[in-house]
Amino acid sequence: MANVSIHDFHGGLILDDHKALSTQHPIAPVYLPKTLVVPLQQHIGQIADPCVKVGDHVLKGQLIAKASEYVSANIHAPSSGTITAIDEQPIAHPSGLNALCISITCDGNDKWTNLPDSILDWESTEPQLIRDRLRQSGIVGLGGAVFPTAVKTNTQNKPVNTLILNASECEPYITCDDMLMRTDPEKIVTGAKILQHIVGAKKILIGIEENKPQAIEALNHAINNTDIEIIVVPNKYPSGGEKQLIHLLTGIEVPSQGLPLDVGILCQNVGTCVAVAEAVLEGKPFIDRIVTLTGDALAKPQNVRALIGTSIHELIEHHSGFAKACQRTLMGGPMMGFSLPDIDRPIAKGSNCVLSLHEVEPTQEPQPCIRCGECVKVCPALLLPQQLYWYAKSHNFDQAQDHHLFDCIECGCCAHVCPSKIPLVQYYRFAKTEIWASEREKQQSDLARRRHEFRDARLARLEAERKARLRKKKEVLENKPKAKGDDPKKAAIEAAMKRVAAKKAAQAAEEKSS
Amino acid sequence: MLSGILTLTALSLIFGLLLGYTAIRFRVEGDPIADQIDALLPQTQCGQCSYAGCRPYAEAIANGEAEINRCPPGGEVTMIALAELLGRDPMPLEDEEAAAKPKAVAIIIEKDCIGCTLCIQACPVDAILGAAKQMHTVIEAECTGCELCIPPCPVECIEMVPIKDTTDTWRWPLPNQNSAEVSHG
Repeated sequence: MANVSIHDFHGGLILDDHKALSTQHPIAPVYLPKTLVVPLQQHIGQIADPCVKVGDHVLKGQLIAKASEYVSANIHAPSSGTITAIDEQPIAHPSGLNALCISITCDGNDKWTNLPDSILDWESTEPQLIRDRLRQSGIVGLGGAVFPTAVKTNTQNKPVNTLILNASECEPYITCDDMLMRTDPEKIVTGAKILQHIVGAKKILIGIEENKPQAIEALNHAINNTDIEIIVVPNKYPSGGEKQLIHLLTGIEVPSQGLPLDVGILCQNVGTCVAVAEAVLEGKPFIDRIVTLTGDALAKPQNVRALIGTSIHELIEHHSGFAKACQRTLMGGPMMGFSLPDIDRPIAKGSNCVLSLHEVEPTQEPQPCIRCGECVKVCPALLLPQQLYWYAKSHNFDQAQDHHLFDCIECGCCAHVCPSKIPLVQYYRFAKTEIWASEREKQQSDLARRRHEFRDARLARLEAERKARLRKKKEVLENKPKAKGDDPKKAAIEAAMKRVAAKKAAQAAEEKSS
Repeated sequence: MLSGILTLTALSLIFGLLLGYTAIRFRVEGDPIADQIDALLPQTQCGQCSYAGCRPYAEAIANGEAEINRCPPGGEVTMIALAELLGRDPMPLEDEEAAAKPKAVAIIIEKDCIGCTLCIQACPVDAILGAAKQMHTVIEAECTGCELCIPPCPVECIEMVPIKDTTDTWRWPLPNQNSAEVSHG
């Protein structure tokens, strides 16, 4: 453990972490359900294209949906079985809407498909080839944003100085990274080394909160004889925010709306490192993940390895069981998670935690903002939450953007300390999605304008061509009779009469001769 | 006295020439105000404003011939944007009912289509595909929902279907506000 000075970030909160609840048991092995419902949109970017049909039999790890564009991710069958449907199913999304999913009825054999070869000599392999493997295996960032890792590690020749492993896991209740670090620290280190090789980083830092002593010890053991540095950061939410962690570890501030890459840093979650190591060394596609099942409603809160597409309901019934009536289920933690309307929805690549709560604080009626400024004090992104709130509420989106709405990481600190209990983050999410919607509308109206202008131009051209044809015809007709010096109709009749006369004469001559 | 007159004459001559030159050199093609207005309009080309399309309406507004509240698809947002651009006062929409309609796309009921091409000719953005005596179909991504294809159809086989929200297009709702907040805001 290196003794490095910590650069504190502005704001943040010290929260009751509730982590001991779910760290009492080791990670439970995979439970194989009867059916899996695999959503096609589990990542940031374009929805994946299904490449199987209903009725097909698939093997575990077989590609069932292809990345449709550059920013998209492959999806593989989490177990062997038969495709029974490709249709819209309820998924875990804040909207509660349905989305396209592939349903697989498992045959129970859990039979693997032929996996791609291991890349054991990754140290001497071209980074591009390893990135291709990550892309092929459908690896995405597991820290929350679910961004395709192959895209994130494509630095486009920008120099990367430091690779930071985000092991902070600062949100209360969530312990999946903690348990992973205790169980599989070697794989994390290997994955980190592979990522370092891909992006050409000079050094690796691991940022971890001090409330995970066992994980720190396990990692310390694993990094022996490597140049990886572990930096323990104090418990302060949201130290796991990408920009916050970078500031904590390096003192560098990532520019507003910029990427860590702009300052020579790349952040990866520890879970992603394990997925990377498995994809490269074992050829294993991304088909399962560790999920924290926790909350006071559960009989046995714990971390479990879950297949993508397993119903949350089944997973809880099988592993934890309900001890008390569940009042509310959150996907994610209490600060940034969203509540689910029901729990018959599948686990996706980004599902880190299911929080089942028995005791829920009654939501208090929001009171008017008194401009106390508490939210400003805790904002880790150095924004003015109350100003953003007023702008969002009054639909003044231009002003909200001028006040850096898009630098808000939706950590929820402001809403947590608000004495008026105003659901501030929801206002920001509202404003963000409204702005995105109006951008989409703008694009559509630009497309419509181009098509309309093109059509007008085409109609004008056709009209001009028609007129030109008519004019030409007219000219031809006008020129002809002038040459013969008479009315065209008369000339035509005369010509016809001449032809008839000639015919008659010929006939008469023929008759005579016969 | 004389030098004063001469100086002023010379100055006015120089500036006059300068102005004359800049008027030719930096001449702007088209009407920039109409362009800016056109950029704010939703480009449905639906004609609900009683003009032949978004561009003619934009020109009419620029010439002061039309009010800014006649675009139902644009709704209040467009009206307010126009008011801001032109420095006019916001005003209630002329046709609130039409503005409240959800966004929709035209769908051709394919088994009823007789292939008359009338809708193709009516579509302002070439979003209908087909040929004479062949079944027609709407390119959904390019349909603006203007409804101009509906009246010409002799067999009434075109329907307007509201666009469903997907997880990509879904928007977070504005949180419920209690009365105290509303009165404050």
